[in-house]
Amino acid sequence: MTDVNSMLPLLAVAASLGVVPMLLSARSPDVREGWTLAAGLAKLALVLGMLPRVLGGEKLCFQVAEVFPGAAIAFRVDGMGILFGLVSSSLWILTSLYSIGYMRGLGEHSQTRYYCYFALALSSTLGVAFSANLLTLYLFYELLSFATYPLVTHHQDPEARSAGRRYLLYIVGGSVGLVLPAMLLCYEKAHTLEFSPGGILGASGLSGAQLFVLLLMFLFGFAKAAIMPLHGWLPAAMVAPTPVSALLHAVAVVKVGVFSILRVLTGVFGLDLLGSSGLDSLVLSLAAVTMVAASLGALCQDGLKRMLAYSTVGQLSYIVLGGALLSPEGLQGALAHLATHALGKISLFFCAGAIYVATGKQRISQLNGIGRRMPLTMGAFLVASLSIMGVPPLAGFLSKWYLALGCVATDQMLPLGVLLLSSLLNAAYLMPVVYRAFFLPVPDGEPTERLPEASSLCTWSLLVTAMGCVLLFFFPGTLMELSSLAIRNVWGG
Amino acid sequence: MTEHLPALIVVVPLLSAFLVFALGWVKRELCFPVGLCGLGVVAWACVGLLVQVLESGPVTYKLGGWEAPWGIVYVVDTLNGMVLAAVSLSAFIQWVWSAPSLLRQFPDRLGALYGLQMLFVTGLLGITVTGDAFNLYVLLEIASITAYALIAMGEERAALSSLNYVFMGTVGACFYLLGVGYLYIMTGTLNMADLARLLTGLHGSRAIQVAFLITMVGLWLKMAFFPLHGWLPNAYTHAPAALSGLIAPLMTKVMVYVMIRIDLHVFGPSYSFEKLGLDRAVVWLAVLAVVMSSVLALAQRDLKRMLTYVILMEVGYMVGGFWLGNRSGMTGAVLHLLNDVFMTLCAFLAVGNLLYRLQGCSFPELRGAFSKMPFTMGGLVATALSIVGVPPTCGFFSKWYLLLGALEAEHYGFLAALIFSSLVSMVLFFRVFEWAFFSSQHENAEKGHTGSSLQEAPAQMVVPLLLVAAGLIALGLFSGEIVSRIVEPAIPMAVS
Repeated sequence: MTDVNSMLPLLAVAASLGVVPMLLSARSPDVREGWTLAAGLAKLALVLGMLPRVLGGEKLCFQVAEVFPGAAIAFRVDGMGILFGLVSSSLWILTSLYSIGYMRGLGEHSQTRYYCYFALALSSTLGVAFSANLLTLYLFYELLSFATYPLVTHHQDPEARSAGRRYLLYIVGGSVGLVLPAMLLCYEKAHTLEFSPGGILGASGLSGAQLFVLLLMFLFGFAKAAIMPLHGWLPAAMVAPTPVSALLHAVAVVKVGVFSILRVLTGVFGLDLLGSSGLDSLVLSLAAVTMVAASLGALCQDGLKRMLAYSTVGQLSYIVLGGALLSPEGLQGALAHLATHALGKISLFFCAGAIYVATGKQRISQLNGIGRRMPLTMGAFLVASLSIMGVPPLAGFLSKWYLALGCVATDQMLPLGVLLLSSLLNAAYLMPVVYRAFFLPVPDGEPTERLPEASSLCTWSLLVTAMGCVLLFFFPGTLMELSSLAIRNVWGG
Repeated sequence: MTEHLPALIVVVPLLSAFLVFALGWVKRELCFPVGLCGLGVVAWACVGLLVQVLESGPVTYKLGGWEAPWGIVYVVDTLNGMVLAAVSLSAFIQWVWSAPSLLRQFPDRLGALYGLQMLFVTGLLGITVTGDAFNLYVLLEIASITAYALIAMGEERAALSSLNYVFMGTVGACFYLLGVGYLYIMTGTLNMADLARLLTGLHGSRAIQVAFLITMVGLWLKMAFFPLHGWLPNAYTHAPAALSGLIAPLMTKVMVYVMIRIDLHVFGPSYSFEKLGLDRAVVWLAVLAVVMSSVLALAQRDLKRMLTYVILMEVGYMVGGFWLGNRSGMTGAVLHLLNDVFMTLCAFLAVGNLLYRLQGCSFPELRGAFSKMPFTMGGLVATALSIVGVPPTCGFFSKWYLLLGALEAEHYGFLAALIFSSLVSMVLFFRVFEWAFFSSQHENAEKGHTGSSLQEAPAQMVVPLLLVAAGLIALGLFSGEIVSRIVEPAIPMAVS
């Protein structure tokens, strides 16, 4: 567990930022997209370059500037951070490939702007993943909010405008109105904002009620985690082009939210303090309510992307729940779910987008018989759905297994019950789509012959992510190593 | 040479003001380069002086060799060294930036305009550098009178707004003069250091109390501290765009500096904050200022006018933070003073660029501005982030200290007001960006595709804006350094 000073974290964060001038000056779409992919590969290579050293127990640090006494803008790459960084940077490449197919297929406008902000958003996501302290995390969290606004409102129509308003109101309102004062209070009491294994608030002398309020401020302030009742922005943000929904609203933005909450739970409060002050039950109950309510919400949706959005809201709370179980298995489940849910949900969004590009259909009720017309896409949809539900041999099973183990290990039967109930509900909203697609006849008047799948780039990327769901089940080595590394960090064992 | 730097700061712009004015009659095209050289020398002198102060402590310069308290002394410590550097650098940038629009708007009055601008800068630099309370009044009048004239150059309603400013500004200056008069009667000196020494024995005096209050009210009027702000929105809105880029960032900030200087180094922190027991009340006034100006800003439908209310809000931040009376609050106020000079400069440069190309900057007129003027709007976005307080822009860091100060002083009203105004600023600016980002319905035929082509302002206006915008981030990243080397030494040890 040694700290080494290394430029790599900074380079990994900046890799996608540095490509923006190339994107702006690129003369043709091919060159522009070539640069995007190059940046994606460079970023992934940098993250992978750090992987062996992190696995070896080192932590890579880099300090940009010390802005307050005891609080700097600084990076520290540990197991938890690199896990998240690896997930988001590898999925960025696939999303870029998918974007090329999708955006060209629909002839979308302002594609250069789109790729630029996408690159910016990825930089901010990695920044959050590698933050060494709350201040740096807050910095990149805010940057991500602003970088994604032009993506959410890409269509620039009245619907996008109102979605954008809601997006900013929830997310920036939460971070400025709640996280900023909460962070300030931490700094005033603990004189540091550094994430440390045992938390920094242990000796702060805050009373139980104060800790309670502080925790609530963090939980709701990080509105990207979409804990109910602050989830409303997520379904609204589905007006964005599908690749945006896929990467940002299944992987980057929302995961940044839950990642921030996990960091606060483990690095700021510390699990001991949470346990001794009884605050874990607060987190657990909020997460449990969100899991069930969001799944019920998903049942009522007809828009495919909206249904997926509600499903995301529910799945995010699995991760929060895992953090609050206060057991190594629970946290391992939470971290694994960060990755497995990302793979599953991104595939589902890719499928939704592919259907839209090929047929223009966006509603579940229009999907009768689509499985026979787009078998590859819907096959991937089936695999990803099963993974989200947690059926073996798919990746989603792994994370749910560890989460359930966490419940059992700490003897908490209520969360276990909610976990099982929510899995049933997952099946209840995902399976009807598959049923419609494969078993209901194509409506009268529509052609029944096989459709050319959406462009090959779209299809390939969704097949790769769906395959990923299978492969991750059989080869979970790195994922499990990294999450156990994170657990050793937290428990110090 | 270096020992005469303090003198250069006032003498160079004063001489170049007359030179530029005269050149306006003889050879008009020389006004700009000559003034540029003058301001370049001033900026060099100011930055050099700041470096000198950082290396070897405060500098005292006796003008004409006369000993204090009979002669005028210039005293430079890190506090006014910082203000001097900020004022001279932003005046220099504004000089470069304003040339195209001045040339277009006032081709026949260039000499007078440039001369007045230079005099205005002379006044502000003099106010900042002087260590003499009466000399400060004289320079204050120079700065104010030139500001009245500059503002009156604007469109039709400018003259009236300027007249209003003349009335209010004169009252403010007279109050200040009256306060200084009381002090002179009680102590027989006008030199600030001397005053500070003599006043320690007079803390119980009623006359000193009156002097303190009158001076403060006068300064608050000058800096447009709510509810004494009535003159500012109209004056700054109707002033010519090129000139509000000079007046708006500097005038109020220099006045805040004067307040800090008088309170800390003439009356002393123990008198200002403890003896009179007014500190909490003034912070509540600041709360009112911040909240009311945020609300009033929400009611505006014009970018430039909205920004004038943002200035009022920032004045509330600084006055409130300073009057919290603790170290964090004062650090926040002083740091915010520096940051706000550049934030406001950046905002008004962006507005100037917009007005150079568009008819006006009421919200509907901003439609499509992102695609027409992407660089200008980029600068405006940087300002907005800084005003909202998003790291790593500088606005976040000063707000952080202000919030910390409020928390330490347990003044939760001010804490809430700061958070509230940050949220309101977000709404304010994103409303503007919405107008500029979303196009009107009929242009919206192909999924929001905007056909408008690039109509960016000239490079001479865009480059300075982008430099200042980058500066906002640089100031943020270096704020740790700035606080420990410049702000900390500026606050007396007595303040805990």
